[in-house]
Amino acid sequence: MSNRLFGPLDPAPDAGWQDAPARKGFLTDTSICIGCKACEVACKEWNAIPEDGLSLLGSSYDNTGSLGASTWRHVAFIEQPMASTRATRPSVPVDLGMPSVGLRDAPQDPTSEQATSAQATDAQATDAQATTGKADFRWLMSSDVCKHCTHAACLDVCPTGSLFRTEFGTVVVQDDICNGCGYCVPACPFGVIERRTDDAARVDGSGLRTIVNKVKRVDKVPEKRVRDKNVGIAQKCTLCYDRLSAGNTPACAQACPTQSIQFGDVDELRERAQVRMEQLHAQGVPEARLYGADPGDGIGGAGAMFLLLDEPEVYGLPPDPVVTTKDLAAMWRKAGLAALAMLGGAAVSFLGGRS
Amino acid sequence: MSNPGEAETTYGRWPDDDRGRGRRRRDVQAAAARGLRRGREQLNELAERADRVDRGGYGFAGRQGRGRGDKGEGGERAVVPEATFTSYYGRPVVKASPWKADIPAYFFFGGVAAGSSLLGAGADLTDRPALRRVGRLGALAGISLSMGVLIHDLGRPSRFLNMQRVMKPTSPMSVGTWILSLYGPLAGLAAVSELVELSRYLPRALRGPARLLASAARPAGLAAALTAPAVASYTAVLLSDTATPTWHDAYPHLPFFFVGSAAAAAGGLAMIAAPVGEAGPGRRMGIGGVLAEFVVDQRMEAAMGLTAEPLHDGKAGLYLRIAKTLNVIGLAGAVLLGRRSRTASVISGSALLAGSACTRFGIFEAGQQSARDPKYTVVPQRERLDAREGTKG
Ligand code: SF4
Ligand code: SF4
Repeated sequence: MSNRLFGPLDPAPDAGWQDAPARKGFLTDTSICIGCKACEVACKEWNAIPEDGLSLLGSSYDNTGSLGASTWRHVAFIEQPMASTRATRPSVPVDLGMPSVGLRDAPQDPTSEQATSAQATDAQATDAQATTGKADFRWLMSSDVCKHCTHAACLDVCPTGSLFRTEFGTVVVQDDICNGCGYCVPACPFGVIERRTDDAARVDGSGLRTIVNKVKRVDKVPEKRVRDKNVGIAQKCTLCYDRLSAGNTPACAQACPTQSIQFGDVDELRERAQVRMEQLHAQGVPEARLYGADPGDGIGGAGAMFLLLDEPEVYGLPPDPVVTTKDLAAMWRKAGLAALAMLGGAAVSFLGGRS
Repeated sequence: MSNPGEAETTYGRWPDDDRGRGRRRRDVQAAAARGLRRGREQLNELAERADRVDRGGYGFAGRQGRGRGDKGEGGERAVVPEATFTSYYGRPVVKASPWKADIPAYFFFGGVAAGSSLLGAGADLTDRPALRRVGRLGALAGISLSMGVLIHDLGRPSRFLNMQRVMKPTSPMSVGTWILSLYGPLAGLAAVSELVELSRYLPRALRGPARLLASAARPAGLAAALTAPAVASYTAVLLSDTATPTWHDAYPHLPFFFVGSAAAAAGGLAMIAAPVGEAGPGRRMGIGGVLAEFVVDQRMEAAMGLTAEPLHDGKAGLYLRIAKTLNVIGLAGAVLLGRRSRTASVISGSALLAGSACTRFGIFEAGQQSARDPKYTVVPQRERLDAREGTKG
């Protein structure tokens, strides 16, 4: 019998859907991502996600930080001096004829470093048709999202049944059922799902809404703490379940101007990913690799897969994620043995004298 | 990688942009300044982390490093080379649970309840009325507090009963809730009959129901004792069935560790509350629990490797060191003096109780720490992957 907690399978029929449509998912091709964050914005807009902090994080152009309760798409920015990347790369990114300066020769002055970074984007790794010259710097950008795992730990551990498998094979929280137990949060091997906290929806802090209110001179009105209806509840990407149900494309994929985010049937996306990777390899980008596209991996393959240009951990992704419930049967066995041991131990305590 | 100091000057410019006039502009600037201050704090933190990079402890985005650091830059300086690895600005890969002190407290109270039920039932069968009373009442108190903190921990406590919508063997929390809803009423029934017995002057009308209760007490207490060990051990699965490195890697041993801790706590409670003459089984249970904890702890850490590290670091390390000290005190007291002196019995019993609480908080914190540091997620996975790719050729 196939182990339903591990290994390849088609999740929607496995969850009991009859005549389920083909499994839907994303392919995020980071080789053509330009870091515009249109996906982040479109997702926030469509799903009415509250503001979650306006901090400068000091990590390139990434001031979003990570996926979370109020961030369902997150664009990662990695500024990479080529000296520090793996030596497996025979050809380095090439100059497109843009005025770009090699970092090594550049004066170490902050403004020029930034300028260099901005231009280096254009010289991103994939432009094989490019001209001559070498840059020793590259920028990696990747729009991260919930993987909609074939074996989703978040769903497995949810005690209320709030998290469920849709007919599209995706994983969605029912916000009217979740009681905010928080179990799904540490269960996810990718750190995607999170319980929404009160201050994510604050109106009394330094959030955008406060500024807007002040600008509108509504600050004389006593501040009412508007509670987001999903405060205390686990939140994550739904793969736009509402849009899918109406036959539409998810907001992020629709908004992506470069088709870095592609939406479609998972089977087809897997093939497309393979073709694209081979194409990149042929064009002299040997570091192109697929992530989450193998149904034999630790989560049974992701519904949302990626084409990356460096190792997963560079992007903040776990290099070899395994669904925690793979070991659940063993855990229950151990717990059963421990319980028996305790029962036995207690019995032994009552042997012997009366003192 | 941008130097934090430089970034500060770069970012420092934008509030000067002309974004509005008069009051509006001042407001925007004030908000921007706040944002900037926060940004600066974060940059400082970043600078600290960058420092650690230089010591070879952390890899940043784009930095490369492999394995347990034997090839790492930190090799010459540190006696034990630190793991080097790559991460995204040192940020966590998995999320730490949103749980607060409620959850370790829940484990502790649940453990006290489970062990107490066992003692209560045993005392009932072996005719030790005082120990029986302590066991049954301790079980009720423990399980009530345990349920209380569990509900308090929820993001939406009013929806607690949604736990009972489904029964999911893949969710230890679901299984646990069902175990508790089986165990709770049984333990409660046994305890209430003790309370009734304590109040000797019942109005005539209540005497009938009281007799009925008293006759249900023994079967209820015995049934509670049979389910109690599950209450104590399932909590280990609850922690292990996550992507939190230290909790997950501890899974083969954690249930044994937890039942040991539960036994120690309940034994401690019996030593405090039952007269020395009847507390013998409690004492032996406490001693056994602590010894089991010591043995299991050794094996657990040996089997875990890198992810055992958080058990010794930071807050978790402190909790667990205190727990060990208390356990040793409690153990010594129970073995040497527990039989002779009530005072010594109370003191060592308290040490065992407190030791168990510290153990739970320590294990809980260790997991949280392991989730916050990407090292514990990335390094073992990278090693696994490299090994697999190595064998593939
Ligand atoms: S990535 Fe995490 S949140 Fe998304 S389906 Fe997988 S386990 Fe669940
Ligand atoms: S927080 Fe909500 S969605 Fe997550 S496991 Fe608990 S009940 Fe399920």
